[in-house]
Amino acid sequence: MKLFFHGGGCGDACCLRIQDLSVKYGETCIFEHVNLHVHCGEMVALIGPNGAGKSTLLKAILGQQEYDGVIAFSSPGARDRRPRMGYVPQSPTFDPGDPLSVADLFACCMSKRPAFLGVSRSMREKVLECLDRVHATDLIDKRVGTLSGGELQRVLLALALEPLPNILILDEPLSGVDVEGIHTLMDMLDEIRKEYDLSILMTTHDFSILPKYADQVILMDHGMKIQGTPAEVLASDAFRTAFHVKGGQ
Amino acid sequence: MELWYTICRATGADMLQWQFMCNALLAILLMAPLFGIMSTMVVTGRMSFFSDALGHSAFTGIAIGCICGMAMPIWAAVIFSLVFSLLFSFVRSRSNQAADTLIGVFSSAAVALGIFVATLGGGSFTKYNKYLIGDILSITPGEIGLLAIVLAGVLVLWVLLSNRLTLTVVYPQLASSRGMRSGLTQTVFSAAIAVVVTLTISSVGLLILNSLLVLPGASARNVAKNMRQYHVFSVLFALFSGIGGLIVSYVWGSSAGAAISLMLAMIFAITFALRKVRV
Repeated sequence: MKLFFHGGGCGDACCLRIQDLSVKYGETCIFEHVNLHVHCGEMVALIGPNGAGKSTLLKAILGQQEYDGVIAFSSPGARDRRPRMGYVPQSPTFDPGDPLSVADLFACCMSKRPAFLGVSRSMREKVLECLDRVHATDLIDKRVGTLSGGELQRVLLALALEPLPNILILDEPLSGVDVEGIHTLMDMLDEIRKEYDLSILMTTHDFSILPKYADQVILMDHGMKIQGTPAEVLASDAFRTAFHVKGGQ
Repeated sequence: MELWYTICRATGADMLQWQFMCNALLAILLMAPLFGIMSTMVVTGRMSFFSDALGHSAFTGIAIGCICGMAMPIWAAVIFSLVFSLLFSFVRSRSNQAADTLIGVFSSAAVALGIFVATLGGGSFTKYNKYLIGDILSITPGEIGLLAIVLAGVLVLWVLLSNRLTLTVVYPQLASSRGMRSGLTQTVFSAAIAVVVTLTISSVGLLILNSLLVLPGASARNVAKNMRQYHVFSVLFALFSGIGGLIVSYVWGSSAGAAISLMLAMIFAITFALRKVRV
């Protein structure tokens, strides 16, 4: 199914177009003059030092943050209608003592029936279906506080995939996940992107995954510094300046 | 009420031949689900100190109500603690201070205001004691009716709000990304605690109120694996210690409030020991 609209000026089918975007808190400028295009089915990684405005940019795209500039979407069927967005926020530190099972978490998000009355059988089947997308059906009765970093990310990902979004937005999905978990998770994201034909926009501090998985990398530091393929960005002067990498690395 | 007294007498139990004991038992049957349910969220939302502070601020409201010459100062107290909780939610959402620090600020200001108002012009505040040191054994049928209304209100609130509240409390970013207005949910919950604490404090007393708002949830948290178990255990623990405490206090002739609180503490100790085994 490739019925995507061609956004203004994009060579490829463009899913998300940002023009001259700025966010300010009072006098403080978080970032300004950001322009970027995310094409359909693309995996885009947003990198930058802490405090560069990555999470704020994601919030602006999600409509949780006021901004100046243009954020436009083209979704299949209707031009510029807001597409469905799946969001995985920075992972919280759940209290290991909280008696909240994975099934409860899904029920709280998806069902009107209060979770304290118990999760209904039909709801449980739906949760299993969602968890199956991330190969995590065995986690359904575990308490969220006892999940490992990688397991938690898979559960949160499953939650963001219901209902299936056009754009999947992940904020630091790899923090707190061990090396093995990172590859499992990235392989899974790659698989999901291809299977469901959705675009992925994620922030990360892990540059080692970029060449293998990202189609496009955007470096931010209070504004957009450079946008390009992983190889281009990682070799750029802007990257070296932003992360104080000594020459030649 | 008459029907209830007949049922009590029909049990043939020695204790239930006294009318005040029947009243107390009925009050406990209503309080167990009320506080059992609320305490799950008080504990998960880290609000136990907040409910304690509200208990103290209720006194200030009562003092102000008395000064204003209101016939029912308890309603002045409800209004005062509502203002207290709304102001607290407002400041909390706009401050970078930790919640317990802010509660400390609010609680001392409220208590100080209460004592200042009560002693204004050289008055003493012993006349307010009956509002502070309520006793479950002296609860009146009217107050039991009030408990029933409060319970019904909390149940409705829970059916409508508990999913949103749970998500807001454990994972605010996810709640707001799902379009839930987490600030509003949090405020409604604080206001509900304020109303419940103030309306029940003069009939059941500060000691039993605070232990029932924290301990059942804390004990249930030791052993529950999901939300349903959390609520069920919490209500059962409240019910068990309420009835058990009442019997103990009757047999040994001690304070009912203290006996109930001690039973709750004992359950906490037992569930704590069980928790070690489970982990």
